[in-house]
Amino acid sequence: MMKKNVKNILMSGVGGQGILRASDIVSMVAMESGLDVKKSEVHGMAQRGGCVTSHVRYGQKVYSPIARKGDVDILVSFEKLETLRYMDYLKPEGLVIINEREICPPSVNLGISDYPHDIAGTVSSIFSAVRVVDAGRLAKEAGDVRAENTILLGVLSAYLRLEVPLWLKVICESFPPKFVETNLEAFHLGRASQEQASQ
Amino acid sequence: MNNIGECVRMKVLMSGNEAIARGAYECGVRFATGYPGTPSTEIVETFAQYQDVYAEWSPNEKVALESGIGAALAGARAMVVMKHVGVNVAADPLFTVSYTGTNGALVIVTADDPSLHSSQNEQDNRNYAKFAKIPMLEPSDSEEARRYIKIAFEIGEMFDTPVFLRTTTRVSHSKSIVYPEAPVSREDTLRLEISPEKYVMVPINARRRREEVEKRIQRLKDFAETFSENKMELNNTETGIITSGMSYNYAKDVFPDLSYLKLGMVYPLPVQMIQKFASEVRKLYVVEELDPYIEEQVMAMGIKVIGKEVFPYTGEFDPGVIAASMRGSKQPVPASLPDLSIPPRPPNLCPGCPHRGIFYVLGKLKVFVSGDIGCYTLSYMKPLEGLHSCICMGASIGMAHGMSKALGDKGRGRVVGVIGDSTFIHSGITSLLNSVYNKSDIVIVICDNRTTAMTGMQEHPATGFTLSGERTKEMDFSALASALGVENIRIIDPYDLKSTRTVMKEELSKPGPSLVISRRSCVLFKRRDKELRVPMRVNPETCIGCKLCLGLGCPPISWVKDGMTAGKGKGKRKKQEGIAKIDQDLCIGCTLCQQICKTGAIIEVNAE
Repeated sequence: MMKKNVKNILMSGVGGQGILRASDIVSMVAMESGLDVKKSEVHGMAQRGGCVTSHVRYGQKVYSPIARKGDVDILVSFEKLETLRYMDYLKPEGLVIINEREICPPSVNLGISDYPHDIAGTVSSIFSAVRVVDAGRLAKEAGDVRAENTILLGVLSAYLRLEVPLWLKVICESFPPKFVETNLEAFHLGRASQEQASQ
Repeated sequence: MNNIGECVRMKVLMSGNEAIARGAYECGVRFATGYPGTPSTEIVETFAQYQDVYAEWSPNEKVALESGIGAALAGARAMVVMKHVGVNVAADPLFTVSYTGTNGALVIVTADDPSLHSSQNEQDNRNYAKFAKIPMLEPSDSEEARRYIKIAFEIGEMFDTPVFLRTTTRVSHSKSIVYPEAPVSREDTLRLEISPEKYVMVPINARRRREEVEKRIQRLKDFAETFSENKMELNNTETGIITSGMSYNYAKDVFPDLSYLKLGMVYPLPVQMIQKFASEVRKLYVVEELDPYIEEQVMAMGIKVIGKEVFPYTGEFDPGVIAASMRGSKQPVPASLPDLSIPPRPPNLCPGCPHRGIFYVLGKLKVFVSGDIGCYTLSYMKPLEGLHSCICMGASIGMAHGMSKALGDKGRGRVVGVIGDSTFIHSGITSLLNSVYNKSDIVIVICDNRTTAMTGMQEHPATGFTLSGERTKEMDFSALASALGVENIRIIDPYDLKSTRTVMKEELSKPGPSLVISRRSCVLFKRRDKELRVPMRVNPETCIGCKLCLGLGCPPISWVKDGMTAGKGKGKRKKQEGIAKIDQDLCIGCTLCQQICKTGAIIEVNAE
């Protein structure tokens, strides 16, 4: 079945974290690689500080723009707590990339519930492939705290068989000229951090 | 990134909405209008960016459709765009333009929202096609969206009929690969045609046109039998699936090797084609979200079919739903997860949102707040709890009126109708007039944040700008209300809690109706007042941990248990559980929390 060739990536986080642009970039890199690609997210009310998810699926032929639960290869969570909310989409052998960023939901702000402790530990007890990234620190290093999403793309890219020059090309085309250099730097920093971690 | 303009690339990644705009541009649509509504909004916005086209925002969907009908009657190709519930607003002209036909071509795009991602209901607008006897096409991805909008205009011209193009959220907002084509230059078809027997729908003419509608539907049924986008894929003699739109993709994802009848046109249905397909397979399913719309028609043909007995009636599908409903697929085995309590993350009003001030006051006044559709609907949630009903666009004022009339003395000073600026223009004006005419005892609040915020900052008649950014007349809410006969009109700044509360109390004590305009730009709005505001911080020395500021539900304000409690300040409690904290990066300095803090513990970041 062709389905076997489809790569499923799920990005999760909070409105305003740049998830939609990040998933656009992965999709365009896949398209530029000559593959079929579909992506899906929900706009509208979700942008007012609510959860945001974006599915990206690419391969020889893709039908559904959303992956089914238990079928996602890589979950990239831009916010730590959101990892827990969407883990059920992952394959048991799937990879989890967790950003250290914490954004408190309203009930935590109000003191009604607690922000879960040791999320990386919880996730690691279920999935063997877990990678924790401090994208905030790396983005600052790249020169712009807003580039966390590109840092995470750099990390993600190290796990995908999509060519680096295509990533760079798409990143160049995706940002206004004055932000291109910072984002290229962010991509490299993210990718290098993963390459170091796997050595 | 930029998909707009004359530069035609080989392939681009587009959302369904962007692809519809592209297709409309390619096939010579020169007039487009609509009212913003998720998931349809980007169609008109994207279309407006092409060269040599005209696009505008209408005050509501009924005006949009009427404008589209006019443009079509003048010989143009006109596109009118709305979300599913918008078609309810436009339904009056819709049912009769089906009788008159269109001369030029009129395509109505309806974007449905299964699962109610951003809507108040999940009505299935395929029913409108059958109800109003208007053909309907349904694309399943972005490339089909681009091609189908063009086919819709061709069908419209071929049969002198309005045509529906229906999407769902997943078609509108998913992105897939599109192969754009160059725009065609069309011959000039614009002219005034006087033909009263066709366009004046008095009974004698309408009866004749009614007959024409039935003849047209018969011709469309014949057309559907050979329509190239109604496609049969015979791969398997055991099981066949009749489906359309995004459901096709979900089913193909799970069962790539079954037989399919994929319907590009969902009204009218190709009867003979369905009969032939049914005869080719032993077991027949209909896979469709929401209503058993195709299923019931197939059953009426006397064909045995499995549909809603296994598939859900509610919510959108995904490949998982298909796999769970139909046997024979290999289900992925998910990891076993522990039971975790994960705090929910509902959408919330932004930091510094001007709605927070007025709804904080309303929540404290113990009045019934008849609400409406917009970002402010979110204030029904804890901790604000400042809104108590929401039905549809514009319902707030009429409902408040009916409620106060029914309650009589019991309701005096206790019923408020709250509506946003764009929503008021959409469908609040006539109900404001009604409340004056019928002497309503209510206070009406227009939350004027100077833009259509919820759908992403669209212009409207009171912003002073058109869709294309040109300056235009700016509607004046107070002048309008006075002309309608409202005598008590007050303008307040919702960043000033004290005067907001005073004005609301004063107006609630008067015989109605009163209008309060709560005016302050949306914090995300590009033309907002760019005054410099200083973020706030909490002074741990004086915070007594009373949690009053948390009652605003403002995202930067949080509660730190066992925070620095050993303060020496006045009123400091010995056994304090914690203190409030403000995230300076998120705070925009609206000062609401400072205004309600009783110990003066909330101060500007730089203050000593």
